[in-house]
Amino acid sequence: MAVTNMTKLTLGPIAYHWSADRRRDFYARIADEAPVDEVYLGEVICSKRAPFQEADLPTIIERLERAGKRVVLSSLAEVMLTRERKATADMAAMDSHEIEINNAAGLYARGKRPHRIGLFMNAYNEATIKWMADQGATHVVLPTELPAPAIAVATRVARDLGLDVEVQVFGRASLAVSARCYHARAHGRTKDNCQFVCEDDADGMPLTTSDDQPILRVNGIQTQSESYVDLLPEATRLVGDGVTHLRLMPQAVDMVAVAQVFRRTLDGDHELSEAEAELRRICGDTPFSNGFFYGEAGYRRIANVNRV
Amino acid sequence: MTSNTDAVRRPRLPGHRPVARLSAAIAQPILTRVVRRIAERHPSLFARLGPHQKTDFIIDPIELPFALHLRPDPDALIFRAVPRDLAPVAGAAIRGRFMLLLELVDSEEDGDAAFFSRDLEVTGDTEAVVRLRNALDDVDGSIAEETADMFGAPGRAILARLRRSYPAN
Amino acid sequence: MSLAELICPAGTPAALRTAVDAGADAVYCGFQDATNARNFPGLNFTPDELAESVTYAHAKGAKVLLALNTYPPAGRVDLWRQAADTGARFGVDAFIVADMGVADYIARTHPGVRLHLSVQAAASSPEAIRYYCENFGVKRVVLPRILTIPEIRQIRKEIPCEIETFIFGNHGLMVEGRCSLTNYLTGQSTNLDGVCSPASDVEYVRHDDGSMSSQLAGFTIDCFGPDEKAGYPTICKGRYTAPHRQEGYYAFEEPISLNLSRLLPELIEAGVHAFKIEGRQRSKSYVRNVVKAFRAAVDDIRAGREANIADLVALTEGQKQTQGAFETKKWR
Repeated sequence: MAVTNMTKLTLGPIAYHWSADRRRDFYARIADEAPVDEVYLGEVICSKRAPFQEADLPTIIERLERAGKRVVLSSLAEVMLTRERKATADMAAMDSHEIEINNAAGLYARGKRPHRIGLFMNAYNEATIKWMADQGATHVVLPTELPAPAIAVATRVARDLGLDVEVQVFGRASLAVSARCYHARAHGRTKDNCQFVCEDDADGMPLTTSDDQPILRVNGIQTQSESYVDLLPEATRLVGDGVTHLRLMPQAVDMVAVAQVFRRTLDGDHELSEAEAELRRICGDTPFSNGFFYGEAGYRRIANVNRV
Repeated sequence: MTSNTDAVRRPRLPGHRPVARLSAAIAQPILTRVVRRIAERHPSLFARLGPHQKTDFIIDPIELPFALHLRPDPDALIFRAVPRDLAPVAGAAIRGRFMLLLELVDSEEDGDAAFFSRDLEVTGDTEAVVRLRNALDDVDGSIAEETADMFGAPGRAILARLRRSYPAN
Repeated sequence: MSLAELICPAGTPAALRTAVDAGADAVYCGFQDATNARNFPGLNFTPDELAESVTYAHAKGAKVLLALNTYPPAGRVDLWRQAADTGARFGVDAFIVADMGVADYIARTHPGVRLHLSVQAAASSPEAIRYYCENFGVKRVVLPRILTIPEIRQIRKEIPCEIETFIFGNHGLMVEGRCSLTNYLTGQSTNLDGVCSPASDVEYVRHDDGSMSSQLAGFTIDCFGPDEKAGYPTICKGRYTAPHRQEGYYAFEEPISLNLSRLLPELIEAGVHAFKIEGRQRSKSYVRNVVKAFRAAVDDIRAGREANIADLVALTEGQKQTQGAFETKKWR
């Protein structure tokens, strides 16, 4: 278990438009109680939301760092408007913290200075990762839809190049982003006059098929999976392949408890079956999935054959 | 699976069953000749069908008294007219007006557009139909005219009359 | 005034010849594998077919652009490299790429062949586009279908390469190259396998009342009434319910085609270099009609004549069409 002890747990950036109060309380608990090593902050999905967070950001950073967490700032996934270009350039100019880049505009602005490659950068293969490493990348988050054999190859090459490698192991998968806001559309509005209706859905707005099958979640311009990705049973394999960081995406559940389950399992203090049962209790009725990892439909839950 | 197109628009004349069998029997030798010739001239067609060379397609012109059964297997090609009640269980079925089907074969008409407008109906294995469509679409020129040419001047006259009798919508 | 080249789709050699004969300045196509984003059953080119097609197009003064616009998963990069080598050997006029590793390989190995940045790379700002131009020598960017004309005009001023925009065809809603919706339901990936709503997972179910459901991998994407126009079951064009939309609604977009025929003069004036027609998966009939109509319109505009827009509008007759984001940002 010495190897898994070294594995870092990270908390990804909040994808949703949680209120300022909710964010403050959330990160205060994370700082005090959650066994995560690194926390990503910053608005990745919608540039209109960013102003609501900026005021509190220094306090939240200070609070997390005081608790011994490393803070990384994440950039926008979609960069098109002037304000988005400016936000991206400003972040790329930053030296105070590590940054995670989610759009090629950020790579352009950052040049060869060190940076992390985010979930939206499509670092699918060894050739791309090698290219990115040559341009100053120090850390790469692999795309959520990458199947296990490709994760293994990408991780080996990235590690050889001296990069850290991160994989999302918990939370809804980001399945698509768009220029159009689907939250606004659902309420008969447009993106420009959305009135931040996305704040009402702390865990995304559920979409259901006409025959009552839950299928997707809408989060502003982003479309997410209905299921939570759960790679707890696969975590040991990921670590064995050389993955250095496991990412938990913030959902509207007790994330401190989620982090504890993952940490204890990595440390070998928790039987897997017990841990899975615990995670199930924390997450209520939301289905779990790991199909992408096994090269199957992403929504599916594949039994882990290595499990004893 | 019965189709809406089938139930609503297909004429049901008295004694349709014997008529169907008779007309299918008359059409058969022509069909055999046609399909053999097309297959000889356009061998690349089969590669695009891939695994669906062994699939049974039912091509169902709603206003004709019989349907067509196609199995595009280069080693054992089947293209025959069958009364609907004797048609085999198909991997895929394509249903529409005869002239539309003819135009689709010749890429005079766009299959997607016909499908979106509900003039064309597809049931069964969608991939099989997509492969067949793409295979036929890669054939240069007109299969209908090639067929008509096989029967000389009378063949061309029949095709011309057929086209006149089906003015565009 | 820009050149306003007409870039046309070809899913088969016959479609390529049809496009060239109908007046395409360039035709784009791909191999029969995961290296391009229209990896559909029975579609696309064998290496031999590509070689013959390049000869045919070049003899008639048309260019051939090879789409290598998917993302290789780790461990399978060689397939994309071999496809590039094959294309270069046959003399294709440009590669359309999205993946940085693929772009880097071509820039180093085949520096004489033009690189076009695929819409799948989702470069929607001058900075992102410059990143690809400066690092890989990209000569043209295919812009995502999410920008307004003033935005395109502004981008044109700030980038060192040509601009290609879609003007007609399927109207993708999601940022291309960032969509895993198909993989979520089917296990086949748009980015990695070049697949979108694969036919093998599509089923149409007819109901007794004459309505028809379209399903993808067992999920009902839409249900059309007896007289309603149908659509292909792409997840982003499905009808769903939400907590306050119990009646079922098109959560992302209605089944609709992009048709920018009315905006052609403005696009040319904005500095768009090339117009792209979507539809490698469509028939020769579609290719023939659409290419002919746009050829005539572009020639008219370039000669200072009034273009006959009516013909172009008729191409989507019966189906709904939109100018999407190009006309107004209210679309967003």
